[in-house]
Amino acid sequence: MAAPETSTAAVPTLYTNNTLRNAFGGVLSFFILLLIGVLAFSIRLFSVIKYESVIHEFDPYFNYRVTQFLTKKGIYDFWNWFDDRTWYPLGRVIGGTVYPGLTLTAGTIWWLLNSLNIPLSVETVCVFTAPIFSAFASWATYLLTKEVKGAGAGLTAAALLAMVPSYISRSVAGSYDNEAVAIFALIFTFSLYIKTLNTGSLFYATLNSIAYFYMVCSWGGYTFIINLIPMHVLLCIVTGRYSSRLYIAYAPLVVLGTLLAALVPVVGFNAVMTSEHFASFLVFIIIHVVAFVYYIKGILSPKMFKVAVTLVVSVGLAVCCAVIAVLIALVASSPTKGWSGRSLSLLDPTYASKYIPIIASVSEHQPPTWPSYFMDINVLAFLVPAGIIACFLPLTDASSFVVLYIATSVYFSGVMVRLMLVLAPAACITSGIALSDAFDVLTRSIKFQLPGVSSDAEVDEGETNSDTTEARNDEVKAEKPEEKSKDRPSKKSKKKEREHVEKPSAKAKVKTKAEKKRLLALPLEASVVSLLLLIVLGAFYVVHCVWAAAEAYSAPSIVLTSRTRDGLHVFDDFREAYAWLRHNTDVDDKVASWWDYGYQTTAMANRTVIVDNNTWNNTHIATVGTAMSSPEKAAWEIFHSLDVKYVLVVFGGLIGYPSDDINKFLWMVRIGGGVFPHIKEPDYLRDGQYRIDSQATPTMLNCLMYKLSYYRFVETDGKAYDRVRRTEIGKKYFKLTHFEEVFTTHHWMVRIYKLKAPKNRIRGKTMKSKSKTSSTSSSKRSGTKRNPWL
Amino acid sequence: MEAPIRAREILGFTLLFLLFFVCSSSPSHNLLISDAERRIDLTSHIVKVYLTLKVENADSTPTSEILLAFPPNHVDHLATVEALVTKGKRKKTTLARLDVKPTELPDAPNGTKYFTIYLANPLNSGESTTLEVLYLFTHSLEPFPAEIGQSESQLVYYRDSALILSPYHIKQQTTFIKTPSTKVESFTRVEPTNRAGTEMKYGPYEERPPYSFSPILIHFENNSPFPVVEELVREVEISHWGNLQVTEQYTLVHGGARHKGVFSRVDYQSRPSLNGASSLRYLLARLPPRVHSVYYRDEIGNISSSHLRTDSRKSELEIEPRYPLFGGWKATFVIGYGLPLQDFLFESSDDRRYLNFTFGCPLLDTVVDKLTVKVVLPEGSKDPSAVVPFPVEQHLETKYSYLDVVGRTVVVIEKKNLVPVHNSPFQVYYTFKPIFMLAEPLMLASAFFLFFVACVAYLHTDLSIRK
Repeated sequence: MAAPETSTAAVPTLYTNNTLRNAFGGVLSFFILLLIGVLAFSIRLFSVIKYESVIHEFDPYFNYRVTQFLTKKGIYDFWNWFDDRTWYPLGRVIGGTVYPGLTLTAGTIWWLLNSLNIPLSVETVCVFTAPIFSAFASWATYLLTKEVKGAGAGLTAAALLAMVPSYISRSVAGSYDNEAVAIFALIFTFSLYIKTLNTGSLFYATLNSIAYFYMVCSWGGYTFIINLIPMHVLLCIVTGRYSSRLYIAYAPLVVLGTLLAALVPVVGFNAVMTSEHFASFLVFIIIHVVAFVYYIKGILSPKMFKVAVTLVVSVGLAVCCAVIAVLIALVASSPTKGWSGRSLSLLDPTYASKYIPIIASVSEHQPPTWPSYFMDINVLAFLVPAGIIACFLPLTDASSFVVLYIATSVYFSGVMVRLMLVLAPAACITSGIALSDAFDVLTRSIKFQLPGVSSDAEVDEGETNSDTTEARNDEVKAEKPEEKSKDRPSKKSKKKEREHVEKPSAKAKVKTKAEKKRLLALPLEASVVSLLLLIVLGAFYVVHCVWAAAEAYSAPSIVLTSRTRDGLHVFDDFREAYAWLRHNTDVDDKVASWWDYGYQTTAMANRTVIVDNNTWNNTHIATVGTAMSSPEKAAWEIFHSLDVKYVLVVFGGLIGYPSDDINKFLWMVRIGGGVFPHIKEPDYLRDGQYRIDSQATPTMLNCLMYKLSYYRFVETDGKAYDRVRRTEIGKKYFKLTHFEEVFTTHHWMVRIYKLKAPKNRIRGKTMKSKSKTSSTSSSKRSGTKRNPWL
Repeated sequence: MEAPIRAREILGFTLLFLLFFVCSSSPSHNLLISDAERRIDLTSHIVKVYLTLKVENADSTPTSEILLAFPPNHVDHLATVEALVTKGKRKKTTLARLDVKPTELPDAPNGTKYFTIYLANPLNSGESTTLEVLYLFTHSLEPFPAEIGQSESQLVYYRDSALILSPYHIKQQTTFIKTPSTKVESFTRVEPTNRAGTEMKYGPYEERPPYSFSPILIHFENNSPFPVVEELVREVEISHWGNLQVTEQYTLVHGGARHKGVFSRVDYQSRPSLNGASSLRYLLARLPPRVHSVYYRDEIGNISSSHLRTDSRKSELEIEPRYPLFGGWKATFVIGYGLPLQDFLFESSDDRRYLNFTFGCPLLDTVVDKLTVKVVLPEGSKDPSAVVPFPVEQHLETKYSYLDVVGRTVVVIEKKNLVPVHNSPFQVYYTFKPIFMLAEPLMLASAFFLFFVACVAYLHTDLSIRK
C-alpha cells in the first residue's frame, strides 16, 4: 500500500508515473484474482473438513465410476464402453450417452499428476475437481466482466461468483457433477465471445469455438449458449449494431462450434438435427444476408442500391418462403417438434408434469420458491436491477449481452430450480457491475467534496480516490483495487509504444470525464452513508455465503449426521448396506431398487442394477415402479422375470429420514401406472390423501413397498410409530412369503431382501396352484397392458 | 476304546493312523520320554498346545537333536513351534529358547512330518532334560454344522490324538483339553478319560511305543468369533523428515460356521446374547504408542465406528466393521497411522540405519493367512537387508511416490499363516545420505524459479510482427 503513495509523492514525469501505476494495478489485480481463486477453492472445502473427502449424492457416483473406468482402461475402451452392470438386461452404452467433459478433465488431471509421480487416488482428484474449476470460473467471470465494464467490475464480479451459494451448492468438494466444470465452460465461452466482439479478432473467435466445444463435452446446458448468442446477434442486428466484429464473433462460432459439437458422441448429428440448434442456423443465414447487404451498400451508389434492394427482396422473399416451408415441414414431422423433453419442459413449464412424470419427479426439476432465490443468490437479487441499469449507461454490444443473459436466465431459473445455477453467474456479473459503479460514483463524490483535494490536478484523481477508499473500507479487501484500475484501460506492459500513442487522447478523456464526474457528484454525507451501507451489504453477503457453504450445502447426503445432547451422531447406513452387498453377495447378482439408488449401487456395491439415475428407459423404470406397488406375489413374479436376486429399499421411519422410499412411493405408482394401467394412483390414496396409517387403502397396505419397509417394524417399539409420517402404521403384523430379509442396516435406513427361490414343482401341487393363480391373474390382467418381462 | 456312538461314526472316515505302529527304523538316537504332559487350549479359534517333555538319553552317545512328530494334515495348519529348555535347579530355573527347524526324514511312516529341536548343550548318555514346547494351529476347528442360522450357537469339531505322536517311546503321558464352555456335545473316550467343567483329561497312559496314535474327536460349542485376515498388506513408509507412515490393508473374513438364511436386525439388536453370539462385532488393534493421524476407512470412504485410546505405553484402536460379520461374511478396510520416526529408526554401529518395527498383524487374536510387509525406504537409500526372526520370503520392488525420480526401494517380506505370536520385531538395514532429503525441495524450488524466469523472459520479448 505504501508503494503508490511514494510514487505519487516523488512525482516524476507523467509518463513514468502512469506506467508504474499501471504495472502496480496489474500486479495487484493479479494477486487479488489469485486470492479470489483461493477463496473460491477453500470455501468449498467445508464438506471435506466437516465430513470427509468423499463423493457426494447420486450422479457424482456415476461420474466417479466412469472416471475410474477411464483411468483404468484408457480412452478408447471408454468410448466403446458398454456397461452391462446397469439397466439389466438392456445394458447401457456409456461412451455414447455420457457427456465426457467432466470425466476426461478429471482423468487428464489424474494422469498428469501420476506422470509427475504424485500418487493421488482417482477419488481425491474427483473430489477436488469441482472446487478447482470454481476458481477457474471466477477467473472467467473476471475476464467476462472486464470486457463489459472494466477491471474493477471484473474483480467485484469474480469475488461475488467465488462465493455465490447457488454455485457452491453444485460445486462443493465431492460434488463431482457435470455442472462443476460446465459453469466454468459457460462463463469462459461467453467471455471469449465478448472478447471477440470487442476486438474482432479471429484468434479469439477460434478460442471461443474451442471453449464452446468444451462446454458441449461437459453439459447438456450448452444449448443455452447456442441459443443465447444467436439471440444476442439478432438483437444487435435489429438495433442496428451490426459490425464486422459481430460477424467474426458469430460466424466462426456456428461453423466451427457445430462441427466440433458433432464430434461429441452424445450430441453427434443432434447438433444439426434438433430444434434446439435451429435458432443458430437461422441467425447464421440472417447475419450473412445482413453482411451481404452492408457490403453491397458499400460498393453501390445509393440509387443503384435501392434498385438492387427491390430486386433482391422480391427474389429473396420467394426463396425464404420456400426454405421456411421446408423447415417447418421437417420440424412438424417429428412428434415432439424436434425438441427434447427436457427442453420442452423449459419452454412450457407444465409440459413435464403433464407428460413425463419421470422428469417431474426429480426435485431439482421443480420450479423454485421465492425463499430459494434469497437462499441461493442472496443480496444479488437486489443488486441485479441496479446492474441492469448500469449496463445501459452506456449500452454497448457487450453490456447488451449481459442484459440479455440475465433476462433469459431469470426466466429459466423460474422454470427449474436446477437452472438457478445458470442465473448465478449472470447475477454475479450484473451485481458486480452495479457494486463497482456504485463504489465508483460514491468514492468520486467523496473525493470531490473533500476540502483541498478538489483543487488537485486531474492526474492525481485516480490515486487519491483509491487512497481514500482504502482508508474507508480496509476490511472489504476485494473491493479495493477496482477504483484504481477503473479509469485506465488495462494494458500489458510490453506494449509500451502503443501506450505512448494513446496517452494524449487518454489524458484528454480523463479530463472530460473528470468534469462530467464533478457534475454527477453526490453530497458528502449521503455518499459516506451509502458507501457504508454498501459495505454492510457486502459483509452480509459474505456471512450468508459462508453460512450456506458450511451448513446448508456441504452434507454429502450419503452420510448423515445429527447433533444431539450426547454429541454427534453419525448415520452411515447407506455405505453399510452397499459395503455389505459388495462383500457378501455374488458378483453377478442383480439388485433392484428405485432408480435413485442405481448409480450408488453400481459404484459403491459393484452390483448390477435394474434401473439407475440415467432415466433413459421409462418402461423399465415403470416396471420396477409397478413391482414396488404390486402385491407381494405379483412383485415377486416381475422381479423374478428380471432375474433380480435382491431388493433394496430405503426406509427412514425409525430415525426420521424424510427422503425415503415411502415418501417417493407415489411417484413409483405414477410412473408405473403411466405404462401399466392396472396400477392406478387413486387405489393408493384415501380421499386424495396419501397415508400409511390405519386409514390407508388395502392396496397401499398390501403393496410390496409397504411390506418391505415395515416388515417387523412393530417389534422395535411395540407400536410401530413412523417418525417421518408421524403416525402409527396401518398394518403392523404380517409375514413375507416370497421375500426374506437378508440385511438391515444399523438404523434401519436400508433394508435388503432376497427373493425366495421358486418352490419345487411337485406335480400335483403345481397343477392346483397354477390353475388358481392363472384364473385370478388373467381376470386381473385382462384388458390391461402386460408386463413385458413376463 | 469306548467312544460315544456319534464320534465313532465319524471316526470311520477320519484320518486313519495305524495304532501301535512301531517304526522299524527308529531315529538315530535311542531317546525316550519319561514324562509328557500336553495341554490343549481350545478357547479361541487358535489352538494352543503346551507340551512338557522330559527327555532321557538312553543311548550311549550324546545327542543334541530331539524330534517332534506331527501328522501331515496338522502340519499345514501349524503356525509356529517354539521350544524352551529349563535350566538350573529348583527355584532358580530359567528358560532358554531353542532352535526349531522342520526336518525331512527319509522313511517317515504315513507321511509324518518332523521338527527338530536343537539343544544348546548336547544331552549326554543317561542324562535327562525338560523341554517346554508350544505350538499353535490355525484353521483346526471345523464348524459342524457348517451353516448356522442367526440364533444358533456355533459348534466345532476338534480332531487330535489321545496319545502324543512321537518317534520316541513315552513312559507316561497325560493330555488336558480345555474347552471354552462346559457345553460339549460329544467326545471320544480313550480310557482313562475324565471330564470336569471345561477341562477334559486323557490319560495317564503308560508305556506307549513310538508312533502310537489314537484319534479323538471333540464336538463342542465355541461361540467366539473366528476373525481371519485372508490377506494383509502392511506398508511402512520411512520419511527422514520425521515420520513413519503405516498403511494396512485388510481383507477380513469370519472363519466360523457360515451364516445361513435371514439376518434380522430387530432380533440382533434386541437379544444380542442369543442372536448372533458368534458374530464379529468389533476388533481391537494394538498400535505403538505416540501414534497420530489414525484413519480407518474402506474403498467407499471413512468408517465412523472406531475409537482410539492412547497412553504412554500403547495405543488401542477399537474398530467396528461397517456391519457385524457373521460366519463367511467378508469385509475389507484400511487402517493408516503415522508414528514419530525416532521411536523406530536407529543408527547401527557400522554407520547404517535400521528400522526396528513389529512384524505381524496388530489386530488381537487374529489369524493372518497371508501377510505382506512392504518397507518403503526413502529415495536414494542403498543396500537394503531385512532381518526377520523366522523364515520368510523376500524380494525388492521400486515404488514411485511424491515427485520421485529414481523411485524408492521397497523391501517386500511375505509370510503365510501368522498368529499373534509372530508380532515380534524385525529390522531393515539400509544406508542413506541425508543430502537426498533435499532433492525434492530443490527440484520444486528450481521448477518455480524456471517458471518465473520464463515469465520474465516472455514479458520482455516482443513477438509482434508489426512495429
